Amino acid sequence: MYLKQLSVFVDNKPGALYAPCSTLADAGVNLSTIFLADTKDFGIMRIITKDAEKALAALRENNFAVKTTNVLAIEIEDVPGALSKVLKAMESKGLNVLYMYAAMGTSGKPVMIFRFDDADQALEKLSETDCKIISSEQFFAR
Amino acid sequence: MAKPYNPVSAADYLPRHLLQEIQLKRLQNIVKHEYDNVPFYRQRMDEKGVKPEDIKTLKDIQLLPFTMKKDLRDTYPFGLFAVPMSQIVRLHASSGTTGKPIVVGYTKEDVESWSNCMARALAAGGVTSTDIIQNSYGYGLFTGGLGAHYGIETLGATVVPTSGGNTERQIMLMRDFGVNGICCTPSYFIHLCEKAQEMGVNMKDLPVRVGFFGAEPWTQEMRERIEALSGIETFDIYGLSEMSGPGVGIECECHCGLHIFEETFYPEIIDPDTGEALPDGERGELVFTTINKFGMPMIRYRTRDLTRIIPEPCACGRTLRRIDRISARSDDMFIIRGVNVFPSQIESALLSVDSAALPHYRITLTRRPDGLDDMTIEIEVKEEQFSDDMQKMAALQKKFSHEIERILGIRAMVKMVQPGALPRSEGKAKRVFDLRNAK
Ligand SMILES: [Zn+2]
Repeated sequence: MYLKQLSVFVDNKPGALYAPCSTLADAGVNLSTIFLADTKDFGIMRIITKDAEKALAALRENNFAVKTTNVLAIEIEDVPGALSKVLKAMESKGLNVLYMYAAMGTSGKPVMIFRFDDADQALEKLSETDCKIISSEQFFAR
Repeated sequence: MAKPYNPVSAADYLPRHLLQEIQLKRLQNIVKHEYDNVPFYRQRMDEKGVKPEDIKTLKDIQLLPFTMKKDLRDTYPFGLFAVPMSQIVRLHASSGTTGKPIVVGYTKEDVESWSNCMARALAAGGVTSTDIIQNSYGYGLFTGGLGAHYGIETLGATVVPTSGGNTERQIMLMRDFGVNGICCTPSYFIHLCEKAQEMGVNMKDLPVRVGFFGAEPWTQEMRERIEALSGIETFDIYGLSEMSGPGVGIECECHCGLHIFEETFYPEIIDPDTGEALPDGERGELVFTTINKFGMPMIRYRTRDLTRIIPEPCACGRTLRRIDRISARSDDMFIIRGVNVFPSQIESALLSVDSAALPHYRITLTRRPDGLDDMTIEIEVKEEQFSDDMQKMAALQKKFSHEIERILGIRAMVKMVQPGALPRSEGKAKRVFDLRNAK
Protein backbone atom coordinates (compact mmCIF):
# COMPACT_ATOMS: atom_id res chain seq x y z
CA MET A 1 0.00 0.00 0.00
CA TYR A 2 3.00 2.28 0.30
CA LEU A 3 4.39 4.62 -2.29
CA LYS A 4 8.14 4.61 -2.60
CA GLN A 5 9.45 8.14 -2.28
CA LEU A 6 12.97 9.22 -3.20
CA SER A 7 14.55 12.06 -1.22
CA VAL A 8 17.53 13.87 -2.68
CA PHE A 9 19.80 16.23 -0.80
CA VAL A 10 20.20 19.49 -2.73
CA ASP A 11 22.00 22.73 -2.04
CA ASN A 12 19.84 25.72 -1.43
CA LYS A 13 21.14 27.90 -4.19
CA PRO A 14 19.82 29.06 -7.54
CA GLY A 15 19.89 26.29 -10.11
CA ALA A 16 20.50 23.51 -7.60
CA LEU A 17 17.38 21.64 -8.70
CA TYR A 18 18.49 21.60 -12.29
CA ALA A 19 21.18 18.93 -11.82
CA PRO A 20 19.02 16.18 -10.25
CA CYS A 21 16.13 16.95 -12.60
CA SER A 22 18.28 16.74 -15.70
CA THR A 23 19.88 13.54 -14.40
CA LEU A 24 16.40 12.03 -14.10
CA ALA A 25 15.33 13.33 -17.48
CA ASP A 26 18.46 11.86 -19.11
CA ALA A 27 17.64 8.52 -17.50
CA GLY A 28 14.15 8.68 -18.99
CA VAL A 29 12.46 8.83 -15.59
CA ASN A 30 8.89 10.03 -15.59
CA LEU A 31 8.14 12.08 -12.48
CA SER A 32 4.69 12.01 -10.91
CA THR A 33 5.29 14.45 -8.09
CA ILE A 34 8.11 16.67 -6.93
CA PHE A 35 8.07 18.42 -3.59
CA LEU A 36 10.87 20.57 -2.26
CA ALA A 37 11.42 21.24 1.41
CA ASP A 38 14.16 23.68 2.24
CA THR A 39 15.95 25.52 4.99
CA LYS A 40 18.15 28.53 4.41
CA ASP A 41 21.12 26.22 3.82
CA PHE A 42 19.90 23.13 2.05
CA GLY A 43 16.88 21.43 0.62
CA ILE A 44 15.39 17.98 0.33
CA MET A 45 13.77 17.21 -2.98
CA ARG A 46 11.10 14.52 -2.66
CA ILE A 47 10.15 12.61 -5.74
CA ILE A 48 7.47 10.08 -6.51
CA THR A 49 7.82 8.13 -9.72
CA LYS A 50 6.87 4.71 -10.93
CA ASP A 51 10.47 4.39 -12.22
CA ALA A 52 11.84 4.54 -8.67
CA GLU A 53 14.57 1.93 -9.19
CA LYS A 54 15.80 3.58 -12.36
CA ALA A 55 15.71 7.00 -10.70
CA LEU A 56 17.62 5.76 -7.67
CA ALA A 57 20.34 4.19 -9.80
CA ALA A 58 20.72 7.29 -11.98
CA LEU A 59 20.94 9.63 -8.99
CA ARG A 60 23.44 7.45 -7.15
CA GLU A 61 25.55 7.15 -10.25
CA ASN A 62 25.71 10.92 -10.40
CA ASN A 63 26.89 11.19 -6.81
CA PHE A 64 23.69 12.49 -5.20
CA ALA A 65 22.84 11.55 -1.64
CA VAL A 66 19.51 9.72 -1.95
CA LYS A 67 17.23 7.93 0.49
CA THR A 68 14.10 5.95 -0.17
CA THR A 69 11.15 6.17 2.21
CA ASN A 70 7.71 4.61 2.34
CA VAL A 71 4.95 7.19 2.27
CA LEU A 72 1.17 6.87 2.20
CA ALA A 73 -1.11 8.46 -0.40
CA ILE A 74 -4.56 9.37 0.87
CA GLU A 75 -7.38 10.62 -1.31
CA ILE A 76 -9.11 13.70 0.03
CA GLU A 77 -12.74 14.52 -0.79
CA ASP A 78 -12.96 17.77 -2.72
CA VAL A 79 -15.12 19.43 -0.06
CA PRO A 80 -14.34 22.00 2.65
CA GLY A 81 -12.99 20.45 5.83
CA ALA A 82 -12.03 17.14 4.22
CA LEU A 83 -8.33 17.45 4.98
CA SER A 84 -8.87 18.44 8.58
CA LYS A 85 -11.12 15.40 8.96
CA VAL A 86 -8.28 13.17 7.81
CA LEU A 87 -5.78 14.90 10.10
CA LYS A 88 -8.19 14.58 12.99
CA ALA A 89 -8.44 10.84 12.34
CA MET A 90 -4.67 10.57 12.40
CA GLU A 91 -4.41 12.52 15.59
CA SER A 92 -7.01 10.36 17.27
CA LYS A 93 -4.92 7.31 16.39
CA GLY A 94 -1.83 8.93 17.92
CA LEU A 95 0.01 9.14 14.59
CA ASN A 96 2.80 11.63 14.11
CA VAL A 97 2.90 13.25 10.65
CA LEU A 98 6.41 14.36 9.76
CA TYR A 99 5.24 16.17 6.65
CA MET A 100 2.66 16.08 3.89
CA TYR A 101 2.22 17.48 0.43
CA ALA A 102 -0.30 17.42 -2.36
CA ALA A 103 -0.33 15.28 -5.48
CA MET A 104 -2.91 14.74 -8.18
CA GLY A 105 -5.03 11.60 -7.84
CA THR A 106 -6.60 9.29 -10.40
CA SER A 107 -10.17 10.46 -10.20
CA GLY A 108 -9.19 14.11 -10.37
CA LYS A 109 -9.63 14.26 -6.61
CA PRO A 110 -6.72 15.63 -4.63
CA VAL A 111 -4.34 13.13 -3.05
CA MET A 112 -2.13 14.01 -0.09
CA ILE A 113 1.18 12.27 0.46
CA PHE A 114 1.95 11.64 4.13
CA ARG A 115 5.21 10.70 5.77
CA PHE A 116 4.91 9.25 9.27
CA ASP A 117 7.78 8.42 11.58
CA ASP A 118 6.48 4.84 11.54
CA ALA A 119 4.84 3.97 8.23
CA ASP A 120 3.82 0.41 9.23
CA GLN A 121 2.05 1.57 12.33
CA ALA A 122 0.35 4.35 10.37
CA LEU A 123 -0.92 1.92 7.75
CA GLU A 124 -2.29 -0.40 10.40
CA LYS A 125 -4.03 2.35 12.37
CA LEU A 126 -5.39 4.17 9.33
CA SER A 127 -7.01 1.04 7.94
CA GLU A 128 -9.22 1.20 11.02
CA THR A 129 -10.47 4.64 9.90
CA ASP A 130 -12.37 5.68 6.80
CA CYS A 131 -9.28 7.35 5.29
CA LYS A 132 -9.01 6.30 1.68
CA ILE A 133 -5.50 4.96 1.15
CA ILE A 134 -4.44 4.83 -2.48
CA SER A 135 -2.22 1.91 -3.47
CA SER A 136 0.86 2.32 -5.63
CA GLU A 137 -0.94 0.66 -8.56
CA GLN A 138 -3.91 3.01 -8.27
CA PHE A 139 -1.67 6.01 -7.89
CA PHE A 140 0.31 5.32 -11.02
CA ALA A 141 -2.67 4.09 -13.05
CA ARG A 142 -2.91 7.31 -14.93
CA MET B 1 57.40 -4.83 12.78
CA ALA B 2 61.09 -4.63 11.83
CA LYS B 3 61.69 -4.26 8.11
CA PRO B 4 64.36 -6.17 6.18
CA TYR B 5 67.52 -4.13 5.61
CA ASN B 6 67.72 -2.71 2.12
CA PRO B 7 71.13 -1.58 0.77
CA VAL B 8 69.53 1.58 -0.62
CA SER B 9 69.09 2.68 3.01
CA ALA B 10 72.83 2.57 3.83
CA ALA B 11 72.98 6.34 4.29
CA ASP B 12 70.28 6.11 6.97
CA TYR B 13 72.74 4.45 9.33
CA LEU B 14 75.91 6.57 9.00
CA PRO B 15 77.71 7.20 12.28
CA ARG B 16 76.75 10.71 13.44
CA HIS B 17 80.28 12.16 13.23
CA LEU B 18 80.62 10.96 9.63
CA LEU B 19 77.20 12.32 8.76
CA GLN B 20 78.15 15.70 10.21
CA GLU B 21 81.38 15.78 8.24
CA ILE B 22 79.41 15.19 5.05
CA GLN B 23 76.87 17.81 6.04
CA LEU B 24 79.53 20.45 6.67
CA LYS B 25 81.33 19.79 3.40
CA ARG B 26 78.10 19.89 1.48
CA LEU B 27 76.91 23.02 3.25
CA GLN B 28 80.14 24.89 2.50
CA ASN B 29 79.96 23.76 -1.09
CA ILE B 30 76.32 24.78 -1.62
CA VAL B 31 76.72 28.19 0.03
CA LYS B 32 79.65 28.98 -2.26
CA HIS B 33 77.67 27.72 -5.27
CA GLU B 34 74.75 29.99 -4.35
CA TYR B 35 76.95 33.00 -3.64
CA ASP B 36 78.74 32.62 -6.97
CA ASN B 37 75.69 31.95 -9.11
CA VAL B 38 72.59 33.61 -7.69
CA PRO B 39 72.78 37.41 -7.58
CA PHE B 40 69.68 37.59 -5.37
CA TYR B 41 71.35 35.42 -2.78
CA ARG B 42 74.76 37.09 -2.98
CA GLN B 43 73.08 40.41 -2.27
CA ARG B 44 71.27 38.93 0.74
CA MET B 45 74.52 37.57 2.15
CA ASP B 46 76.38 40.82 1.47
CA GLU B 47 73.66 42.71 3.32
CA LYS B 48 74.26 40.45 6.32
CA GLY B 49 78.01 40.80 5.87
CA VAL B 50 78.57 37.06 5.59
CA LYS B 51 80.85 35.36 3.09
CA PRO B 52 80.94 31.67 2.11
CA GLU B 53 84.32 31.33 3.92
CA ASP B 54 82.60 32.23 7.19
CA ILE B 55 80.93 28.81 7.29
CA LYS B 56 83.49 26.88 9.33
CA THR B 57 81.19 24.68 11.41
CA LEU B 58 77.60 23.45 11.00
CA LYS B 59 76.54 25.95 13.63
CA ASP B 60 77.69 28.78 11.37
CA ILE B 61 74.63 28.11 9.24
CA GLN B 62 72.94 30.47 11.69
CA LEU B 63 74.90 33.36 10.14
CA LEU B 64 73.07 32.88 6.86
CA PRO B 65 69.90 34.74 5.86
CA PHE B 66 66.57 32.91 5.59
CA THR B 67 64.76 32.22 2.35
CA MET B 68 61.01 32.76 2.43
CA LYS B 69 58.23 31.59 0.17
CA LYS B 70 57.82 35.23 -0.85
CA ASP B 71 61.37 35.24 -2.23
CA LEU B 72 60.38 32.47 -4.63
CA ARG B 73 57.39 34.46 -5.80
CA ASP B 74 59.38 37.67 -6.13
CA THR B 75 61.97 35.96 -8.33
CA TYR B 76 59.43 34.12 -10.48
CA PRO B 77 60.07 32.16 -12.55
CA PHE B 78 63.81 31.41 -12.68
CA GLY B 79 65.42 34.05 -10.45
CA LEU B 80 66.77 31.57 -7.90
CA PHE B 81 68.21 29.08 -10.38
CA ALA B 82 71.90 28.53 -9.79
CA VAL B 83 72.83 26.81 -13.04
CA PRO B 84 72.24 27.71 -16.70
CA MET B 85 69.05 26.35 -18.25
CA SER B 86 71.14 23.89 -20.28
CA GLN B 87 71.72 21.96 -17.05
CA ILE B 88 68.10 22.04 -15.89
CA VAL B 89 66.27 18.89 -16.92
CA ARG B 90 62.94 19.35 -15.13
CA LEU B 91 60.62 22.08 -13.91
CA HIS B 92 57.83 21.70 -11.37
CA ALA B 93 55.44 24.32 -10.09
CA SER B 94 53.17 24.43 -7.09
CA SER B 95 49.62 25.61 -7.19
CA GLY B 96 50.05 29.06 -5.77
CA THR B 97 47.26 29.86 -3.35
CA THR B 98 47.44 33.45 -4.48
CA GLY B 99 49.08 34.92 -7.55
CA LYS B 100 52.14 33.36 -9.13
CA PRO B 101 53.01 29.72 -8.55
CA ILE B 102 56.32 28.63 -7.10
CA VAL B 103 58.69 27.20 -9.68
CA VAL B 104 61.46 24.73 -8.95
CA GLY B 105 64.15 23.48 -11.32
CA TYR B 106 66.26 20.34 -11.12
CA THR B 107 69.51 19.22 -12.69
CA LYS B 108 69.91 15.58 -13.69
CA GLU B 109 71.83 14.95 -10.45
CA ASP B 110 69.11 16.71 -8.43
CA VAL B 111 66.50 14.35 -9.85
CA GLU B 112 68.74 11.39 -8.98
CA SER B 113 69.30 12.59 -5.43
CA TRP B 114 65.56 13.19 -4.97
CA SER B 115 64.71 9.75 -6.40
CA ASN B 116 67.24 8.19 -4.07
CA CYS B 117 65.67 9.84 -1.00
CA MET B 118 62.22 8.74 -2.14
CA ALA B 119 63.52 5.18 -2.63
CA ARG B 120 64.91 5.19 0.92
CA ALA B 121 61.54 6.39 2.18
CA LEU B 122 59.80 3.44 0.53
CA ALA B 123 62.47 1.06 1.83
CA ALA B 124 61.85 2.35 5.36
CA GLY B 125 58.28 1.12 4.89
CA GLY B 126 59.56 -2.31 3.89
CA VAL B 127 59.03 -2.00 0.13
CA THR B 128 61.38 -4.17 -1.92
CA SER B 129 62.02 -4.78 -5.62
CA THR B 130 59.41 -7.55 -5.64
CA ASP B 131 56.57 -5.18 -4.73
CA ILE B 132 54.02 -3.53 -6.98
CA ILE B 133 53.27 0.04 -5.93
CA GLN B 134 50.33 2.05 -7.18
CA ASN B 135 51.14 5.74 -7.44
CA SER B 136 47.94 7.75 -7.13
CA TYR B 137 49.58 11.11 -6.57
CA GLY B 138 48.69 13.49 -9.37
CA TYR B 139 51.24 13.48 -12.19
CA GLY B 140 52.18 16.79 -13.66
CA LEU B 141 53.47 20.08 -12.33
CA PHE B 142 52.79 18.86 -8.79
CA THR B 143 55.90 17.08 -7.45
CA GLY B 144 54.02 14.21 -5.81
CA GLY B 145 53.37 12.11 -8.91
CA LEU B 146 56.77 12.11 -10.60
CA GLY B 147 58.63 12.24 -7.27
CA ALA B 148 57.08 9.03 -6.01
CA HIS B 149 57.28 7.49 -9.48
CA TYR B 150 61.05 7.92 -9.77
CA GLY B 151 61.54 6.69 -6.21
CA ILE B 152 59.63 3.49 -6.87
CA GLU B 153 61.65 2.85 -10.03
CA THR B 154 64.93 3.68 -8.30
CA LEU B 155 64.13 1.10 -5.65
CA GLY B 156 63.45 -1.42 -8.39
CA ALA B 157 59.84 -2.01 -7.40
CA THR B 158 57.10 -1.96 -10.04
CA VAL B 159 55.21 1.29 -10.40
CA VAL B 160 51.58 1.47 -11.52
CA PRO B 161 51.33 5.13 -12.56
CA THR B 162 47.59 5.64 -12.13
CA SER B 163 47.83 9.30 -11.07
CA GLY B 164 44.71 10.61 -9.30
CA GLY B 165 41.09 10.18 -10.30
CA ASN B 166 39.07 7.41 -11.93
CA THR B 167 38.70 5.77 -8.55
CA GLU B 168 36.81 2.68 -9.72
CA ARG B 169 39.55 1.79 -12.16
CA GLN B 170 42.14 2.34 -9.42
CA ILE B 171 40.39 -0.24 -7.26
CA MET B 172 40.08 -2.66 -10.14
CA LEU B 173 43.81 -2.37 -10.85
CA MET B 174 44.71 -2.76 -7.18
CA ARG B 175 42.79 -6.01 -7.14
CA ASP B 176 43.76 -7.36 -10.57
CA PHE B 177 47.48 -6.47 -10.36
CA GLY B 178 47.82 -7.58 -6.75
CA VAL B 179 49.17 -4.19 -5.72
CA ASN B 180 51.21 -4.34 -2.46
CA GLY B 181 51.51 -0.67 -1.66
CA ILE B 182 50.09 2.73 -2.52
CA CYS B 183 51.27 6.33 -2.54
CA CYS B 184 48.65 9.08 -2.38
CA THR B 185 47.18 11.77 -0.16
CA PRO B 186 45.53 10.37 2.98
CA SER B 187 42.18 11.92 2.09
CA TYR B 188 42.26 10.29 -1.33
CA PHE B 189 42.99 6.91 0.21
CA ILE B 190 39.96 7.22 2.48
CA HIS B 191 37.95 8.01 -0.63
CA LEU B 192 39.39 4.89 -2.30
CA CYS B 193 38.43 2.72 0.66
CA GLU B 194 34.88 4.08 0.67
CA LYS B 195 34.50 3.58 -3.04
CA ALA B 196 35.85 0.02 -2.72
CA GLN B 197 33.21 -0.69 -0.08
CA GLU B 198 30.52 0.58 -2.41
CA MET B 199 31.84 -1.69 -5.13
CA GLY B 200 31.73 -4.63 -2.74
CA VAL B 201 35.54 -4.83 -2.54
CA ASN B 202 37.02 -5.26 0.92
CA MET B 203 40.44 -3.61 1.06
CA LYS B 204 41.40 -6.09 3.75
CA ASP B 205 41.07 -8.96 1.26
CA LEU B 206 43.49 -7.31 -1.18
CA PRO B 207 47.28 -7.88 -1.01
CA VAL B 208 47.90 -4.16 -0.36
CA ARG B 209 49.81 -3.98 2.94
CA VAL B 210 51.42 -0.54 3.05
CA GLY B 211 50.58 3.07 2.21
CA PHE B 212 52.73 6.20 1.98
CA PHE B 213 50.61 9.21 2.69
CA GLY B 214 51.66 12.82 2.44
CA ALA B 215 51.23 16.16 0.65
CA GLU B 216 48.73 17.26 3.29
CA PRO B 217 48.83 17.15 7.07
CA TRP B 218 46.72 14.36 8.53
CA THR B 219 45.57 13.58 12.00
CA GLN B 220 45.91 10.53 14.22
CA GLU B 221 42.16 10.00 13.82
CA MET B 222 42.62 9.73 10.07
CA ARG B 223 45.44 7.23 10.54
CA GLU B 224 43.29 5.05 12.79
CA ARG B 225 40.43 5.28 10.36
CA ILE B 226 42.60 4.28 7.39
CA GLU B 227 44.03 1.36 9.30
CA ALA B 228 40.58 0.19 10.37
CA LEU B 229 39.17 0.50 6.84
CA SER B 230 42.02 -1.17 5.01
CA GLY B 231 44.19 -3.06 7.48
CA ILE B 232 47.35 -1.61 5.92
CA GLU B 233 50.39 -0.15 7.66
CA THR B 234 50.52 3.61 7.10
CA PHE B 235 53.67 5.70 6.72
CA ASP B 236 53.67 9.44 6.97
CA ILE B 237 55.92 10.87 4.28
CA TYR B 238 57.06 14.47 4.38
CA GLY B 239 58.17 16.68 1.58
CA LEU B 240 57.66 20.00 -0.08
CA SER B 241 58.36 21.08 -3.60
CA GLU B 242 60.69 23.87 -2.49
CA MET B 243 63.02 21.14 -1.18
CA SER B 244 62.47 18.70 -4.09
CA GLY B 245 59.12 17.05 -3.41
CA PRO B 246 58.08 13.95 -1.44
CA GLY B 247 60.91 12.15 0.33
CA VAL B 248 62.38 14.75 2.68
CA GLY B 249 61.41 12.70 5.71
CA ILE B 250 59.74 9.38 6.43
CA GLU B 251 58.42 7.36 9.32
CA CYS B 252 60.19 4.09 10.04
CA GLU B 253 58.55 0.97 11.44
CA CYS B 254 58.56 2.53 14.93
CA HIS B 255 56.04 5.17 13.79
CA CYS B 256 57.40 7.66 16.29
CA GLY B 257 58.34 10.69 14.26
CA LEU B 258 59.80 11.12 10.80
CA HIS B 259 63.48 10.58 10.00
CA ILE B 260 64.89 13.43 7.93
CA PHE B 261 67.30 12.57 5.13
CA GLU B 262 69.78 14.90 6.77
CA GLU B 263 72.71 14.36 4.42
CA THR B 264 70.52 16.01 1.76
CA PHE B 265 68.16 18.28 3.70
CA TYR B 266 69.78 19.97 6.68
CA PRO B 267 67.10 20.70 9.30
CA GLU B 268 66.91 23.45 11.91
CA ILE B 269 64.19 24.54 14.27
CA ILE B 270 63.82 28.27 14.88
CA ASP B 271 61.64 30.55 16.91
CA PRO B 272 59.19 31.75 14.26
CA ASP B 273 58.96 35.20 15.82
CA THR B 274 62.62 36.01 16.50
CA GLY B 275 64.32 33.73 13.96
CA GLU B 276 66.62 32.40 16.74
CA ALA B 277 67.77 28.81 16.30
CA LEU B 278 66.32 26.50 18.96
CA PRO B 279 68.01 23.41 20.44
CA ASP B 280 66.82 19.90 19.58
CA GLY B 281 63.70 19.02 21.51
CA GLU B 282 62.18 22.49 21.40
CA ARG B 283 59.18 23.22 19.27
CA GLY B 284 59.33 25.84 16.56
CA GLU B 285 59.35 26.40 12.84
CA LEU B 286 61.10 23.86 10.64
CA VAL B 287 63.80 25.32 8.40
CA PHE B 288 65.70 23.40 5.72
CA THR B 289 68.84 23.90 3.70
CA THR B 290 69.18 21.71 0.63
CA ILE B 291 72.84 20.80 0.85
CA ASN B 292 72.89 18.43 -2.11
CA LYS B 293 70.86 20.21 -4.75
CA PHE B 294 72.37 22.42 -7.41
CA GLY B 295 69.69 23.55 -9.85
CA MET B 296 67.90 25.67 -7.29
CA PRO B 297 69.35 25.27 -3.81
CA MET B 298 67.42 26.63 -0.86
CA ILE B 299 69.34 28.14 2.01
CA ARG B 300 67.52 28.17 5.36
CA TYR B 301 64.11 27.89 3.74
CA ARG B 302 61.30 28.58 6.19
CA THR B 303 58.70 25.86 5.73
CA ARG B 304 56.04 27.41 8.04
CA ASP B 305 55.64 23.91 9.49
CA LEU B 306 55.70 23.70 13.26
CA THR B 307 57.42 20.75 14.91
CA ARG B 308 60.48 19.81 16.99
CA ILE B 309 63.57 17.72 16.39
CA ILE B 310 63.40 14.62 18.57
CA PRO B 311 66.72 14.48 20.44
CA GLU B 312 66.68 10.76 21.33
CA PRO B 313 67.99 8.13 18.91
CA CYS B 314 65.36 5.92 17.29
CA ALA B 315 64.87 2.27 18.17
CA CYS B 316 65.12 1.31 14.49
CA GLY B 317 68.85 2.08 14.48
CA ARG B 318 68.78 4.88 11.94
CA THR B 319 71.11 7.71 12.92
CA LEU B 320 69.06 10.30 11.04
CA ARG B 321 67.33 12.64 13.44
CA ARG B 322 63.55 12.67 13.56
CA ILE B 323 60.92 15.38 13.68
CA ASP B 324 57.51 15.04 15.27
CA ARG B 325 54.71 14.38 12.82
CA ILE B 326 53.37 17.62 11.45
CA SER B 327 49.70 17.70 12.19
CA ALA B 328 49.36 21.30 11.22
CA ARG B 329 51.01 23.54 8.73
CA SER B 330 51.36 27.06 10.03
CA ASP B 331 50.58 28.15 6.49
CA ASP B 332 47.12 26.69 6.92
CA MET B 333 46.70 28.13 10.36
CA PHE B 334 44.50 31.17 10.56
CA ILE B 335 43.46 33.51 13.29
CA ILE B 336 39.82 34.32 13.72
CA ARG B 337 38.43 36.39 16.57
CA GLY B 338 41.82 36.15 18.20
CA VAL B 339 41.90 32.36 18.19
CA ASN B 340 44.54 30.32 16.34
CA VAL B 341 42.77 27.66 14.30
CA PHE B 342 44.34 24.73 12.47
CA PRO B 343 42.25 22.84 9.91
CA SER B 344 43.34 19.64 11.69
CA GLN B 345 41.31 20.74 14.72
CA ILE B 346 38.27 21.08 12.51
CA GLU B 347 38.98 17.62 11.11
CA SER B 348 39.00 16.22 14.61
CA ALA B 349 35.64 17.85 15.27
CA LEU B 350 34.14 16.45 12.07
CA LEU B 351 35.47 12.98 12.86
CA SER B 352 34.08 13.06 16.36
CA VAL B 353 30.59 13.46 14.90
CA ASP B 354 31.08 10.67 12.39
CA SER B 355 34.21 8.59 12.74
CA ALA B 356 33.43 6.65 9.58
CA ALA B 357 35.46 8.97 7.39
CA LEU B 358 36.46 12.57 7.11
CA PRO B 359 33.92 14.33 4.93
CA HIS B 360 35.06 16.78 2.29
CA TYR B 361 34.92 20.22 3.79
CA ARG B 362 35.91 23.80 3.11
CA ILE B 363 36.52 26.68 5.46
CA THR B 364 35.70 30.19 4.32
CA LEU B 365 36.55 33.27 6.32
CA THR B 366 34.69 36.49 5.70
CA ARG B 367 34.54 39.93 7.30
CA ARG B 368 31.38 41.84 8.00
CA PRO B 369 31.24 45.57 7.32
CA ASP B 370 31.45 46.16 11.08
CA GLY B 371 34.78 44.30 11.17
CA LEU B 372 33.56 41.13 12.83
CA ASP B 373 34.88 37.94 11.24
CA ASP B 374 32.83 34.87 10.37
CA MET B 375 33.93 31.33 9.70
CA THR B 376 31.75 29.17 7.48
CA ILE B 377 32.41 25.46 7.21
CA GLU B 378 30.81 23.69 4.29
CA ILE B 379 30.55 19.94 4.73
CA GLU B 380 29.55 17.55 2.02
CA VAL B 381 26.71 15.39 3.22
CA LYS B 382 27.30 11.66 2.93
CA GLU B 383 24.49 9.32 1.92
CA GLU B 384 24.78 7.39 5.19
CA GLN B 385 24.17 10.59 7.14
CA PHE B 386 21.45 11.92 4.92
CA SER B 387 17.91 11.59 6.19
CA ASP B 388 14.61 12.51 4.62
CA ASP B 389 13.66 13.87 8.02
CA MET B 390 14.41 17.60 8.13
CA GLN B 391 14.71 17.56 11.90
CA LYS B 392 17.36 14.88 11.80
CA MET B 393 19.30 16.90 9.23
CA ALA B 394 19.03 20.00 11.39
CA ALA B 395 20.24 17.95 14.35
CA LEU B 396 23.24 16.70 12.38
CA GLN B 397 24.14 20.23 11.39
CA LYS B 398 23.84 21.30 15.00
CA LYS B 399 26.05 18.45 16.13
CA PHE B 400 28.80 19.56 13.75
CA SER B 401 28.50 23.15 15.01
CA HIS B 402 28.55 22.01 18.58
CA GLU B 403 31.68 19.87 18.17
CA ILE B 404 33.51 22.66 16.36
CA GLU B 405 32.62 25.11 19.10
CA ARG B 406 33.67 22.60 21.75
CA ILE B 407 37.09 22.07 20.16
CA LEU B 408 37.86 25.61 18.95
CA GLY B 409 36.04 27.63 21.54
CA ILE B 410 34.46 29.77 18.84
CA ARG B 411 31.38 29.42 16.75
CA ALA B 412 31.28 28.55 13.07
CA MET B 413 28.44 28.58 10.61
CA VAL B 414 28.04 25.03 9.41
CA LYS B 415 26.50 24.43 6.05
CA MET B 416 25.74 21.00 4.66
CA VAL B 417 26.28 20.78 0.91
CA GLN B 418 25.65 18.19 -1.81
CA PRO B 419 28.20 15.42 -2.35
CA GLY B 420 30.76 16.57 -4.90
CA ALA B 421 29.83 20.25 -4.43
CA LEU B 422 33.30 21.20 -3.19
CA PRO B 423 36.21 21.22 -5.62
CA ARG B 424 38.73 18.33 -5.43
CA SER B 425 42.44 18.59 -5.88
CA GLU B 426 44.90 15.82 -6.60
CA GLY B 427 47.70 17.44 -4.69
CA LYS B 428 47.45 19.05 -1.34
CA ALA B 429 43.81 19.80 -0.63
CA LYS B 430 43.10 23.47 -0.20
CA ARG B 431 40.80 23.76 2.79
CA VAL B 432 40.93 27.38 3.83
CA PHE B 433 39.62 30.29 1.80
CA ASP B 434 40.34 33.56 3.53
CA LEU B 435 38.25 36.26 1.89
CA ARG B 436 38.60 38.76 4.71
CA ASN B 437 40.84 41.09 2.78
CA ALA B 438 39.36 40.35 -0.62
CA LYS B 439 37.90 43.30 -2.40
ZN1 LIG C 1 63.37 4.94 13.27
